[in-house]
Order: sequence, then C-alpha cells, then structure tokens
Amino acid sequence: MKTLAERAAAHRPALVRAVAGSAWPIAVGFAFAYLMQTALAPAVGDFYGKLMLDVGIAILVGVALNIVNGFAGQFSIGHAGFMAVGGYVAAGIVFYGSIKLWGSRDIHGGFLGPGELLLVAGCVIGGLVAALAGLLVGLPSLRVRGDYLAIVTLGFGEIVRVLLQQTDDVVMDPRAVEAASAWSLADNLGGALGFFGAPRYLDPKNPFWIWLFVMIVLLVAYRLKTSSKGRQLLAVRENEVAAEAVGVPTTRVKVSAFVLSAFFAGIGGGLYAHELGNSLRPADLGFQKSIDLVIIVVLGGMGSISGVVVAATALTILPEVFREFSEYRMIFYALALVLVMILRPQGLFGIRELWELGPWRRVFRRGAS
Amino acid sequence: MDVTKFVQVCLNGLTLGSLYALIALGYTLVYGVLRFINFAHSDVVTIGAWMAFVFAAAIGWAGTDSPLFAMPVILAMSMAVCATLGFTIERLAYRPLRRAPRLNVLITAIGVSLFLQNSGQLKWVFGTQPQAMPKLLSEEALFTLAGVRVPVVDVVVVVLAFTLLVALQWLVFRTRMGQAMRAVSFDERTAALMGINVDMIISYTFMIGSALAAAGGMIYGLKYGNLLQSADSVWVLLGLKAFVAAVVGGIGNVRGAVAGAFLIAFVEMFGAAYRSPQMRDVYVFGILIAVLILKPGGLLGKATVEKV
Repeated sequence: MKTLAERAAAHRPALVRAVAGSAWPIAVGFAFAYLMQTALAPAVGDFYGKLMLDVGIAILVGVALNIVNGFAGQFSIGHAGFMAVGGYVAAGIVFYGSIKLWGSRDIHGGFLGPGELLLVAGCVIGGLVAALAGLLVGLPSLRVRGDYLAIVTLGFGEIVRVLLQQTDDVVMDPRAVEAASAWSLADNLGGALGFFGAPRYLDPKNPFWIWLFVMIVLLVAYRLKTSSKGRQLLAVRENEVAAEAVGVPTTRVKVSAFVLSAFFAGIGGGLYAHELGNSLRPADLGFQKSIDLVIIVVLGGMGSISGVVVAATALTILPEVFREFSEYRMIFYALALVLVMILRPQGLFGIRELWELGPWRRVFRRGAS
Repeated sequence: MDVTKFVQVCLNGLTLGSLYALIALGYTLVYGVLRFINFAHSDVVTIGAWMAFVFAAAIGWAGTDSPLFAMPVILAMSMAVCATLGFTIERLAYRPLRRAPRLNVLITAIGVSLFLQNSGQLKWVFGTQPQAMPKLLSEEALFTLAGVRVPVVDVVVVVLAFTLLVALQWLVFRTRMGQAMRAVSFDERTAALMGINVDMIISYTFMIGSALAAAGGMIYGLKYGNLLQSADSVWVLLGLKAFVAAVVGGIGNVRGAVAGAFLIAFVEMFGAAYRSPQMRDVYVFGILIAVLILKPGGLLGKATVEKV
C-alpha cells in the first residue's frame, strides 16, 4: 500500500511536460501580440487601428473587473478609480522619467526600444500602486458586505477623482523637471484639466503592448477560474456563509480578488494614458467610466471571460457604427441592461465560456462538467 | 473667531442639510422595504427640478412678480409627476426582479438611472442646454442675523423641508399605512401573512420617496438657480451625497437619514469654509468610508447579523 504522498507524486506530470504545458499559452500570447503588431496593424489603417486599441483596453479592464464582479461576486462600481491611479502613476513615470533620462518628452526609441521599456515599467508600477489601492478598498470587506462594499468602491472612485483634480499643473520645462525631485513632481499631474503631454507610445501602428497585456490578463483570468483559488472565489460568490462553513477564507479571498483586479485595471489605465488620441482627465475616469465597465461585465456574463471579451468588443465598436444615433445610444444601453437583468439574470453568457455553450459543446467535448 | 462667517456657514449647512435630508429619505425608505440601493433616485430628483422649470415656464411664472401661490402649486405638480414616475419605475423595472439576487436589482437600478439621464437629454424632453430656474421666491433678506442676510429663499427652503419631514414622520409612525410599511420592512413574508398587501405598500413607498425627491429637486433649483442637463455629474453627485447621508445615518432608518443629512451638510460646509473648498467632496466620502468601517450599520442603524 502506497502512502498518500506517493500516490499524489505518481499523478504529478514530468517536469518537462509541466513546463511546456505552462509555457505554451505565454508563447502563443507573445506570438499573437507580435502578429497584431506586424501583420494586422499595418493592414487595417488608422481608424480601425485606433478602434482596436480601444477594444484591447476595454477587454483588459473588463476582464480585470470580471475577477471582482464575476468571479468573487463583489460589486465594484469604482473601478475607473483604479484605472485613474494606474494611469496617472504610469503617465507621471513615463513623462517625467523621459525628461530626466533623455532630456525630452518625445517618444524615445522604436519598437521594443528603451522608451517602450520605460512605458512597460510605468504601467507595471502603476498597476502595483493600483493594487495597493485595491488592498485598501478590499480591506473594509472585513466588515462590510454586499451593497455597502459597492458604496465603499464608489466613494473610493470619487475621492481619487477629486484628489487628482487638486493636483498642480504639469511641469513642461525640461530644466525645471531636471531640477525638481521625484516626490515634488508627484503633485504636478495637471489637475482638472488633465495630464497633457505624456508621450503616445501606443498608436494604431504600434499596438503590441496592449495586446500582450490583454493576453496576459486572459491567461491569468482563465487559469484563476479553473484553479482551486478561483473555485474559492466562485464559492464566495454563490454563498458566502456556505463558503465560510466549508473552510474558504472568505475575507482573504475577496481582498486578493480586489488586489488582482485593481492591478490589471491599473495597467489598463497606464496603457490608456499612453494611447494616441486619449486625454487623461480625472473626469474621464470617473463614475461614468466605472458604469461603462460594469455594463461590459454584466452584458458579457458575470464570470465568463470570453463573454466579457465579446461584450467589450461589441460595446466599443457599436457606438462607432451607430454614430449618427449617438443621442439614443445610452438609452439603448440602459434598456438593454434592464432587459438583460429581467430576462437573463446571469448575463448573456452566464458563467460559461463561449465554447461551453450549446452546439459548441459537441465539437469540443469538454463543456461544463 | 469671525461670528458673521460662522453664522453664514451654519445657515448654508442648514439649507444644504434640508436638501440632502429630503433626497436621503427616498433612498432610505426604498432600502427599508426592498433592501436595495435605488440608484435611479438621483434622476428622479433631476426630473423633479426640471418638471418644476417646465411647469413654471408653461404657466408663465417667471419672476418674483409671480403670485405668492406659484411656488406651492408648482411644487405640488412636480411632486405628482415624480410620484407617478416612481410608481412606474417600480412597476416596470423592479417588480419583475422581486425574487432576483440583489446584485441584479442593483444593476437594474443603474440601468434605469442611465435611461432617465439620457432620455432627459433628448431634444424633445429637456434638451442639453442649462436653464435658469425662474425666481419664484425673492432673494431679498427677510431678516439679518449677526450681520448675515437671511434671504426668503433659505427660510422657505428650511421651513418646507421641515414641514415635509414632520409629515413623513407622522405618516410612518402614526398611520396604518406607516405601520404596514414598517411591518414590510421588518419582515416581508410575515407582513404578507398578516394580510398586508406588500406590493401596494412598496408602490406607496416609491411614490412617497419620489415625491420627496421632487421637492428636493425643486428646492435645489430655487436655491442654486441653475439647472444643468439631466446627465450632468452635478446631479449624480447631489444624489450620491444624499445617499451617503442615508448610509451614514443608518440606511433604512428614517430619523437616521435626517441626522446623517445634517451631519454631512455641516461637515461639508465647515470643511469648505475653514479648510479647503475644493476638498468638500473628499470630506463627504471620507466620512462615509470611516463610518462604514467603524460602524457598518450607520450611526443610528442596527448591526445586522447574517442568519442561515
């Protein structure tokens, strides 16, 4: 009779297979982002290229919000606040960093050049600061549940907006920037007018980093959903008391969902700040934006990653298609939201992924258990 | 210590608190019976203010020369329209979700809110241009207190708000319908077993809350004069702060909402006058988060224990 440990070891895959199994999605992600950069971006032109940048960021932040709203069932209506935190931190780092390092705020270096590495560093640091904010917002969930937690996120988003509006003007003069210390520049974020002048690394010809981060968030979200941690989140979502009763550390699970979600929302904000044609203003990343994100998650299906991808894509492209009906657009959204909630309370796709729906299940042979 | 400034700030806090209290009551009443945050409430406030403008413009009461009964008449009309609106919203959007998870109802409320905001922007509804609310009340000082002019508007606003608050207090605690409302709030199923028509009570609650919202909206228009388009963030922020007041006081608690409204208004006004005027929203939301963390049920609310 073998011991339990030995039997478990027998089921563990060989090292090479394990590494290969984990690595291929990352490789595919890189390949996809590279393909978007080299093959698709030059082919589609500026208008559709810009639209695809927006789609990418909508997917990134939508999937991030799905971790909190969809998986953990905690309602966040202040997620644009995390985007704002990440965006301003990233823009500050890239803008002032460029001046301090290279003496000008222009784009520095080409594809994968030093300027883009600074951009990635800025986005990741922005994401980390946003994650810290997520920790702060998630902690009240120790004591606050459901609706009240939603109110805390809302209050957080509003406070971020107001605080950003109080910051001073951006320092444009390179000599003044070189003389100032990093801490003193942290207050020069443009105030209510917005942060102007951040170098626009992401343009229709250069979408690589957006798609790379999109692939990363998709991978993380999918791995999370199918892992034991993700099951814990879903258990909390379905019934918090029952989850607690079977030994799920509900508070820790909820707070970590907030932290992870805020991290990716912060990265999304960082990318948003460096996309050509966007203005980084506190008012743009306020309550309205948070609601837009919630609509993406709800329509896509709370818990369905592919559903959120579809909804983010559709809700970014449709307004462009129906531009001439723009004054009726939000009315239509609102009605759709109410109708979906009444007729299909779990969202369009529910918790399932696209390939787990009806006809596809026979093709893929792997639907919901 | 500057007495004039202090009295002025107190007066501002009193009028703003009256405004918040009227709006906060709508949130708290609905939360009491249905246990959800009616995000569309701030839009009912907006529509109340705009309806007052539309009626005043249609009748032709535009200035201080309008008759003395102009204000009560328009107030009554606006309250009636909003009560109907509240009834309709509950009937069409919320009633089908009576047994649905609370998250769904919350999202529906956001949907209704977006619908009202954006419908109000249409050309044939209120349009996107800001309008000046007719000055139905004079701006002249009724009396002077410690060097502060107290205009007629402020006095009427405070008196009107307190009258409505007392009326609501009477309605909730002294009438059979109020008793039924409290019973539904306490335990909906038992209330239904005792022969209370729960759906009807919920409809009434929505109508009362919406009528108070209309009064709040009109007061806002009279006091601040400028009506911005219905999707403007000013309205959203007004609603959010009133909602914060309801939560701080203990949501579901009628007296708590009034106490929370005055607390929020005084903190906002004193913070703006003596600290930094730009940070007033931060004070409000800061209080909210502090109260939720220290006493999650609100100041006058009961701590709830989740039962399985």
